[in-house]
Amino acid sequence: MSKQEFEPDPKGVSRREFIQQALLTGGVTLGSIGLAAALWDRRHIVPGFEAKEGIQLPGFRVDASLTLPDLAIAHGTERGQTIRAALGTLGGMGRFIQHGDVVLIKPNVAFDRPPALCATTHPEALRAVAQMAFEAGAKEVVVADNPINSPAGCFLKSGLEAVADDLNLKLLYPEQSAFTTIEMEGEILRHWPFFNRPFQRADKVIGLSPCKDHNLCSASMTMKNWYGLLGGRRNQFHQHIHSIISDFALMIQPTLVILDGMDVLMSNGPTGGRLSDVKSVNTVIAGTDMVAVDSCGYGQLLGRDVANLEYLHKAHARGLGNMDWKTSKWKEVGA
Amino acid sequence: MKVDQKDTRPAGLFQKILRSVKGLDLRITNVRVVSQAFFFLLFLFLVIVTDLRYLKGYPASLFLELDPLVGFATAVTTGSIYKGLILGLILLIPTLFLGRFFCNWICPYGTLHHLTGWLFGRKDLQARIENNRFRKLQQWKYIILIAMVAMAMFGSLQIGLLDPLALFHRSMSTVVLPGLNQIFPDTFYVQQYYHVGAWLIGGLLLFFVVMNVVIPRFFCRVLCPLGAFLGATSRFSLFRIERDPNKCIDCDACLTNCQGACDPHTQLRKSECFVCFECIEDCPVDALSFKFMPNRDHEIASPPIPGRRVAMASLVGAAGYAVARASGASDKNFSKKVIRPPGSMKEDQFLERCIKCDQCIRVCPTNVLQPTLMEAGLEGVWTPILNMKLGYCELNCTLCGHVCPTGAIQRITIEEKTGVGDFTEQGPVRLGTAFYDRGRCLPWAMETPCVVCEEVCPTSPKAIFSREVTITKRDGTPITLSRPYVEPSRCIGCGICEHECPLKDHAAIRVTAIGETRSSERSLLMDGGDPTNILDLVRKKR
Repeated sequence: MSKQEFEPDPKGVSRREFIQQALLTGGVTLGSIGLAAALWDRRHIVPGFEAKEGIQLPGFRVDASLTLPDLAIAHGTERGQTIRAALGTLGGMGRFIQHGDVVLIKPNVAFDRPPALCATTHPEALRAVAQMAFEAGAKEVVVADNPINSPAGCFLKSGLEAVADDLNLKLLYPEQSAFTTIEMEGEILRHWPFFNRPFQRADKVIGLSPCKDHNLCSASMTMKNWYGLLGGRRNQFHQHIHSIISDFALMIQPTLVILDGMDVLMSNGPTGGRLSDVKSVNTVIAGTDMVAVDSCGYGQLLGRDVANLEYLHKAHARGLGNMDWKTSKWKEVGA
Repeated sequence: MKVDQKDTRPAGLFQKILRSVKGLDLRITNVRVVSQAFFFLLFLFLVIVTDLRYLKGYPASLFLELDPLVGFATAVTTGSIYKGLILGLILLIPTLFLGRFFCNWICPYGTLHHLTGWLFGRKDLQARIENNRFRKLQQWKYIILIAMVAMAMFGSLQIGLLDPLALFHRSMSTVVLPGLNQIFPDTFYVQQYYHVGAWLIGGLLLFFVVMNVVIPRFFCRVLCPLGAFLGATSRFSLFRIERDPNKCIDCDACLTNCQGACDPHTQLRKSECFVCFECIEDCPVDALSFKFMPNRDHEIASPPIPGRRVAMASLVGAAGYAVARASGASDKNFSKKVIRPPGSMKEDQFLERCIKCDQCIRVCPTNVLQPTLMEAGLEGVWTPILNMKLGYCELNCTLCGHVCPTGAIQRITIEEKTGVGDFTEQGPVRLGTAFYDRGRCLPWAMETPCVVCEEVCPTSPKAIFSREVTITKRDGTPITLSRPYVEPSRCIGCGICEHECPLKDHAAIRVTAIGETRSSERSLLMDGGDPTNILDLVRKKR
């Protein structure tokens, strides 16, 4: 094929076209330089060693009472009544919750287990505490936990979802976007992913935990319950389990903790699995100091010697609570 | 083009009733679009509720149970029709009267392709007419079907690779929903799900969808084994599209929107027609109608595949079976990674039943179930295995078996799975056995306390126990460590120990398939770990 004849355009571009094109090209050139300069990153970093920062929780304690006990032990045969008796001894839920409060209840729903196996907070305990919160004027009750097993299964099979539906409680799943980094000066905990969404709205926080044997730290009670607020690589916690649990007393100052010892998981904890692992103790301990409550529970419910529970000693030594609960104001009642 | 013709056309009773409703354009094609939309949305609904949070009693695998090819092919491999698969008759019998109406009235995957072809396909009329002529390429789906049925006769079920409902379910479970959740966090999952080899499943989905631009309904016309099955079945249908050659002006307008590429402008290829009715709507002279037993000379009843090709496809299928089994992956050379869901049949029977629909993967509450690539051999591609890095088997859960449409995973109860109550004597269903890697385990190798594995072990008594030892550390200080052990008779192979082990990249305790209860060839302890199983002949008791 012969080459096509090429004829140059004699006129070229007009002045107007020349200016338009020159401005356009110049503009894109300057824009590219400006954008690149704005995005130019010249920092020096060592990945993994960047400065970390995180949030801190506000305190949720109410003012101490001069007359009312700070720790109550209630005995009874019916769970709801016994919890009510324990709270009544402390001065009633009205002492802790004001009208219009948003109340966060933190149950222990770590495992995908039915209530009878006592590996999770009992649904009737949640029902009783939530009802009392509403009676005291709570505007909303939020329930949240980050279980070890899959969240949907845990909430469903523990029976807590049914209670939440029934009483119109706000159940929060540990979704990815619900976590933010928390910061503290703990023995070992410094910065860690924290299930913060429930705390963005909560005015008061109640820890509601079962009383369980634990394979490594001997007991899982109200202090260990806060484990379920953390995310990330929790499976490293066991390497310093007693330091971690004592750090929880630094991380959060709850309004109230309730240790449900109606049925206690005595063996094969913290998962249990057989009814023979469970023993009825028919006791509920409630109080404002989680170290005192756990200390009391370890002796009274699990029947073990407080001298051996290292995390209580650590928390006590750091002034985060009083493990000599008998020196505080306490009272024992029958439901 | 069609507006004026609507009222002059001779109408059946049904159409007369439809037209009497004022203000509604109830052409048959519009009714069809409503049907397509309904079934597509129903499919999406069932996919989304296949989740522990929403499942309640919904028939999660309804579409797969209605799929007559699943019923037929599993009947070939197992000689029986499993539970809900009997519903396949609901689709098969109408096909014997009406033809392949499923493809354009019900099939959600067909609707996906119809929709993408309509949105992104060519708009030029003449190009569309040319694109919708019958192609010889369409015989491929019959070759695929015959080869797969031949493999099924030897006990290797492969229809699920391309069955549109299995394929669509698999794509939704492993790619579409996790992908959407990546873009919009916390929509479909509480925690992000991941799936091994999702790129391949997703890539194929994209390829099939994009191909609609090149050949409309490419998957449906060329590859779909269910379409081939229904096409062969529609040979018997009593109704079909009929062209009146006296009225026809040979304008080929009937091809403009033809979905099946079935040549309504000449002798109708019955096996290819999707009964979409577009040709009737597009005909400017009303030469086309849907008729009861029209003239046999105006149709090509059988699928467009010569007998020699049928023979070739059968041979390819038989050879394919032999080649696929040659690695021994389903037999002596089984992989330690092929840990099947609880209630799974033993491997050869599993391969007779699993259609790789991955409904089990969708419903699994922990993300432990993963589609295989080559772990289970060529035949096992996309069948479910457990990957403890991503999850673990929840003790009180048998959802995978309950959504399995074919019984590859049987519908066992929690009591049967955990071996309690009436099932105490037979014991729990085991998926494998956990083994320690003491060179990596913190208390064993690194003077560091741990035993997370023992904490999370769900059996009672725990299969993992520990012994306390006091050692002198390198710096001279004493330390008391709990060092963990596995008691194999208690271990059910759920893998939560491996999942929760802090050595995240390669856990210090790992489950392998040995000891699984579904197969005696893969058992570990002869007495099941229970010495009381040994009959004491001296004292004549157990």
